[in-house]
Parts: sequence; C-alpha cells; structure tokens
Amino acid sequence: MNQPSVVSAAKHHAAVPFWRDVRVLAILGQIIFAIIVAVVAGLLYANLTRNMAEKGMSAGFGFLKLEASFAIKEGIKYSPSDSYGRAFLVGVVNTLRVSAIGIVLATILGAVTGVARLSDNWLVNKIALVYIEIIRNTPLLVQLFFWYYAVINLPRVQESITLPGSIFINQRGVFLPWAFPSPSFRFWSLFLIGGIAVAVILWIVLTRYQMRTGQPSHRFLAAIIALLLIPTLGWFVAGESPLVGEVPVLERFNFKGGMRLSSELTSVLAGLVVYTGAFIAEVVRGGIQAVKRGQIEAARAVGLTNMQTLQLIVFPQALRVIIPPLISQYLNLTKNSSLAIACGFPDLYAVSGTIANQTGRPVPVIIMVMGSYLIMSLVTSLLMNIYNRAVQFVER
Amino acid sequence: MTTASEVIKPPPTSVGFIGWLKKNLFSTWYNALLTLLSLWLIYIALGGLLKWAFLSAKWGVVTSNLRLFMVGMYPPDQVWRVGLCVFMVSALSGLSWGIWGGVLRSFAIALAAAFGTLAVLPFGLETQGWLVGNLALILLGYFLGRKLSGAGRWVLAGWLLSFVLTILLLKGFEASPVLPPVSTNLWGGLLLTFLLSIVGIVASFPLGVLLALGRRSTFPVVRIFSILFIELVRGVPLVTILFMSHIMLPLFLPKGVTPDSVLRAMVAMTLFSAAYMAENVRGGLQAIPEGQVEAAKALGLNAPLTMLLIVLPQALRLVIPATVGQFIALFKDTSLASIVNLIELLRIGNFVLAQPQWLGLFKEVYVFIFIVYFIFSYAMSYASYKLEAALGVGKR
Repeated sequence: MNQPSVVSAAKHHAAVPFWRDVRVLAILGQIIFAIIVAVVAGLLYANLTRNMAEKGMSAGFGFLKLEASFAIKEGIKYSPSDSYGRAFLVGVVNTLRVSAIGIVLATILGAVTGVARLSDNWLVNKIALVYIEIIRNTPLLVQLFFWYYAVINLPRVQESITLPGSIFINQRGVFLPWAFPSPSFRFWSLFLIGGIAVAVILWIVLTRYQMRTGQPSHRFLAAIIALLLIPTLGWFVAGESPLVGEVPVLERFNFKGGMRLSSELTSVLAGLVVYTGAFIAEVVRGGIQAVKRGQIEAARAVGLTNMQTLQLIVFPQALRVIIPPLISQYLNLTKNSSLAIACGFPDLYAVSGTIANQTGRPVPVIIMVMGSYLIMSLVTSLLMNIYNRAVQFVER
Repeated sequence: MTTASEVIKPPPTSVGFIGWLKKNLFSTWYNALLTLLSLWLIYIALGGLLKWAFLSAKWGVVTSNLRLFMVGMYPPDQVWRVGLCVFMVSALSGLSWGIWGGVLRSFAIALAAAFGTLAVLPFGLETQGWLVGNLALILLGYFLGRKLSGAGRWVLAGWLLSFVLTILLLKGFEASPVLPPVSTNLWGGLLLTFLLSIVGIVASFPLGVLLALGRRSTFPVVRIFSILFIELVRGVPLVTILFMSHIMLPLFLPKGVTPDSVLRAMVAMTLFSAAYMAENVRGGLQAIPEGQVEAAKALGLNAPLTMLLIVLPQALRLVIPATVGQFIALFKDTSLASIVNLIELLRIGNFVLAQPQWLGLFKEVYVFIFIVYFIFSYAMSYASYKLEAALGVGKR
C-alpha cells in the first residue's frame, strides 16, 4: 500500500525544477554575483585606463628608477640625487621608526594610566579619567597641530629646558644621551647572544627541576646572573667597552653628541603616544577588571603576598583579555602615523604625496602606499596573534 | 548594661570629610605622596590654563569669525537655510522626546540646554532670537509629542525626510529665486563636519550590514569578496582612502562625470566606515544563539525571512552602542578631510589663522576647535553609555 506513494514521492523529488533547487540556486546566485563584480570591475578598469591615457598618465613603475631631486629632512641615508624608489624607502623606514617607538612609549603610558584608573587614590584616579576622556573625545589631527605648535614655540637652543640626566628640549627637538656601538660591538654581541641563550636554557632546565622536585630553584636569579655575567666577560675579552656613551653638549649654536629627535619627530611621537596611550589605558583597565574578584580572594586565601597575587594570578589572566584589543590599538597607531604630515614629518604618506605630485603618477604611488600599510598591518597582527595564541588559555 | 545612648560614636577621623580624605587620599604614605604630587600637577596645569584663558587669550579671533567656523563660506544671505535645517532638527528631537523619552529625552534636554545657554550670551539679537526659537520648538515638540504618542512612525519618517530635505535645502535648485544653488565648495565649518559624519554613518549602515551578512555567508564567492573588502579597507589609513577617492574616483568614472570634492570625501568616508560597521554587525550576528535560527526554521521560515525577522533585529539591537562609538570615531575622523582640501572645521581654523590680523593666535583657534569636538563627542559617548544601560546589553 505504501509502495506507490514512496515511488511517487521519489518521482516528485526528482521532478523539482532546477529554479527551485536550493543547491542549483546557490551556485547560480554566486555566478551571477561574480559576473556583476567582474563587469563592474571591468568597467571601472576600462574607464581608468582610458582616462589615464587621456590625461597622459602612465601606470608603470618605471619612474621609481628616476632621480627624485627633492630633499627629505630625516631618515636613512638619502640625497636628492637618489631615485624615487629610495625616497619611498626612506618614507617607509620613517613610518616604521615612528610606529615602533610610538608603540613602546604608548604601551608604557597606557599601562601606567590604566593602573592609575584603578588606584585607591581618588585624585590620581580622577586625573587619569580626565586625561582619558579629553584625549579620546577629540580628533588626533587637532592634537597633532597642538603638539606641532607647542614644539615650535619651545625655547631657543641657548635657553633649552634641561631635564635631569642631560636631556635637553628646545626648538630643534630633544637631545638625549645615547650609547653608540664601538668597533668591537659586533664581537661583543656574540657574547650577548650567548648570554641570552644560556639564560633561557637555565630558566627551562631549572623550571623542570622545580616542577619535578617541588624545591625552589631560584631560576630567576640564575638567569639574571647568566645574562649579566657572560656579556661582562665579553667586555673584558674585547678589551674595550662595546658601547660608547655620549652626552649632548651645548656648543656655540647647537648641541653636539648624543641622540637628537627632531622637532617634527618629537611632536608626532608626542601626539601619537598621548592619543594611543589613552586608548590603551582603557584596554588595560578593562583587562584587569575582567579578572574575577574571587581569583584574588582565592590567592589571598592560599597565602600569596600582594606582589605574588599580581604577578601570578592577576597579570596572566588580564593579559589574555588585554592582548586582542591591544593588537588593534597598535595597528591604529601605525595607521594614524600617516597623519604625521600635519607636523611636517616625512613619513610614508607625506613622501608618497610628494612623489605622486612630482611624477604625475598617482595611481601606482597610491597602490604602493596602500600595499605598504597593508603589509605592515598584516605582519603586526600576525606577530601579535602568534603571541596571543601563546598566552591564551588552553581549554580542555 | 549598655544602653543605646552609650554606643560609642566612630572617631571623627573615620567619618565625614576628614574620614573621606583619609580613606581616599592619605591611606598610606605613598598615597599621600601621590596626592601631593597630583595636587601640584593640577595647580601647574590648571593655573596656567586659567590664567591664559582669562587674562592673555585673545578670544576675538573666535567671536569675530564665528560664522566661518559654523558654516564656512556659505553665502551670508543664504545662511537662513542652515538655520531652518536646525529648526527642523530641534522640532523633531522635541517630538521624539515627547513620544519615546529615554535617551532621546537626555538628547533633547541637552540640546535645549545648549540653546538656552547660548541664547544668554551676547551674539546679537538675530542669533539670540534664532536660539530662543530653537528652544521653543523643542518644548513645543515635546508637548505635541506627549499628546500624539501614537505618531512614532511618522516622526521616524520625518527624521529620514529631514535628512533628504536638509541636503536639498542646502544645495538649492537651478533657476530658483528663493533657493539659488550653493556650490558644495562653499559648504564648510561645523556644518560640513556634521554633514560628512551623518552621511557617512547613514550610508555606511546598510552597506555594513550587507558586508557582515556577506562575510557570514555560506557562498564562498560572496564571502571572499566581503572579507577582501573589509580587510583591505581596515588595513589602510583613512587618509589614503580619502586621497584615493580624491585622485582616483574621477578616473574610475566615465568621461564628463566629475563628482565634487565633498561628494568624493563622502564616498570615501562611507566605504571606510562600512568596513568597520561590518565588523561591529558581525559581532552582533555572532552573539545571536543558534537556537533562534533553529526555532525560526522549525516554524517554517525560510533563510531570508529568518535573517530579516529573527536574527537581524536582535543583532542590530546589540550593536547600537558600538554604532554610536563608530559614529564618534567618524565624527572625529572628518577632520582628516582637511588634508584633501575640504574646508571643514579644522581647515577653517587654518584659514582664519592665515588672515593677517589673526596671525599667531593658533592657541585660541585650536582650543576652540578642540572644545567643539570634545563637547559633541563627549555628549555622544555619554548618550551611548546611557543607551547601553537602557538596552541592557549584556544583561538581557
């Protein structure tokens, strides 16, 4: 009795027309979507090539070999007789430099402010709050203008602001004492690498020993001693100091020696660090607050000291919450460094703008600029994601 | 033995003002040190700021250029159109306050308070009258809204209509004696800043939702396209996108079609914001439990209906706070449009500073711009905070 209906059902099933078959529709829809995208892209491309031909722009990258003949104020070795390619590279290195220094300083400022936001001290807490709210609610570009004019209006070289530790601040930038590598630095760096390797091995071996026997192994002390002892040994073997300290000294018109951060770099860095620091502070505060109160109480109950509670219980757990948003803050800082143009700092974007203007080839230049920022973003997020995976909880 | 009257009062050092001081500012020796340090810092910063703001700052640069700051180069005899648009917004927010209350109540009250405060300042009779008119419209709207509590749908339509109407009113019509066309090149100041951010957020919302759906789609072609778009845009700075739209958009379009620079910037802002919006919406979509989709399927809803009636409404409610955050970010980011020569608030500031009689008054101008940005951003972030609480995000 059931037989015929099953057969008819099967027939019915087979008879579903293709325009009502979801599988067919899905593929069809995607093909149509792909065609639309391809047609639009084709149209745009056709317009682009025609318009460029009419305006006499060429799309090739051959211009990179031509002589740039414009000056760039700072960065790696470069002269106006170098090629456009070299000029572009100067911009890339400048962006990387300002981002790298900015990330380090912003992390420090953010961590300090984030902890200040959690302080018991009402005044410290509120000062941090006011700083965060003011900075987060105003555009970075306006802040950069501020910093730029503030730096320009610093005192002249002869009347520099002097900070303890031979740091001088004036119109021309910030002058700091710096250690430069001496001729034996290469030889000595072998010892440094050896010291780090020995310290890491000691740490791992002693950690295993501690886990096996339960005896305190003083791994931290041992690693530090190895880290200090071996490079010091290298110093004696080399017979001279691997680094030569230099202190800026005021001469007739300018400071000589030490490290100089130009006024442009100083204002860009100040702007980026203060801006990103406020965002990082919120990330840090959120991360620490995300650690459950019970964890701290449990740590106290087990008898850990305050320092141990922070070091072993709070920080490792807070770090897991902090890392992902921190990655995006780092990426933001790198991308925001493109606003350095407001302070006259020759970063990637500023240099590329000049190249595009001079050569009249904005299309290849903008592709290179976007490509460079994309690569920077992808590499940063890749590295940070690897680190993130290392600190995340391994759940069962 | 002990009666109630014999209960010993707490020592005066643990309650009241002194108790509060002791608990919050001087609990330990290092807290006391921090407090003193903070007080010193506040004294230096605030003292300097107040002395400057009230004694040496020349605020004339702001008050005599107020029209420029507000509407840019918009023809003075046509500024009434902008005033009319603000009237529209005032009336609508009054109505919304009356009908819905909640966050809109705070918004309308803040708006009314702002108009009220400004009306007291000596701006001249005409401006003061306009301000009072706005205040009256808000209150009138409120009482009307209380009576017509069923008109919510109409007010919503009114908001959308006001958006279109504002653009038409500002742009004007060819060969119209009352509303002569005003080129967008003349739009500027705070007006342009607002237009850029509002158009950006309104246009990017549907685009962002589509991209988020595309990214979660089971169709590989659509998914790959969405992921590529989102990651590409998020990986590069906004300036490069603005620059690209400034230079490349005319090249992409057929011959003879050259969108004006305001439209170009709006396109760039929209595409940029859409990529970020897509990630916000994706977060909302991921937060909807699978059970909702299964229940919808069990009821016999097909995939589009499930998305439209079940998943999206819930997901979008979740992402309202993030959207407000996005709006604030976009509002601040409009300042970057000054780099591609749009005369929004920040660039107007530079224009004013270039006038010979206001040379060197950069502090006054930038502080003013800073404050304007801060007031609006802070108000919005406060509203978002309230909204989050009202919606019970994370609680329901």
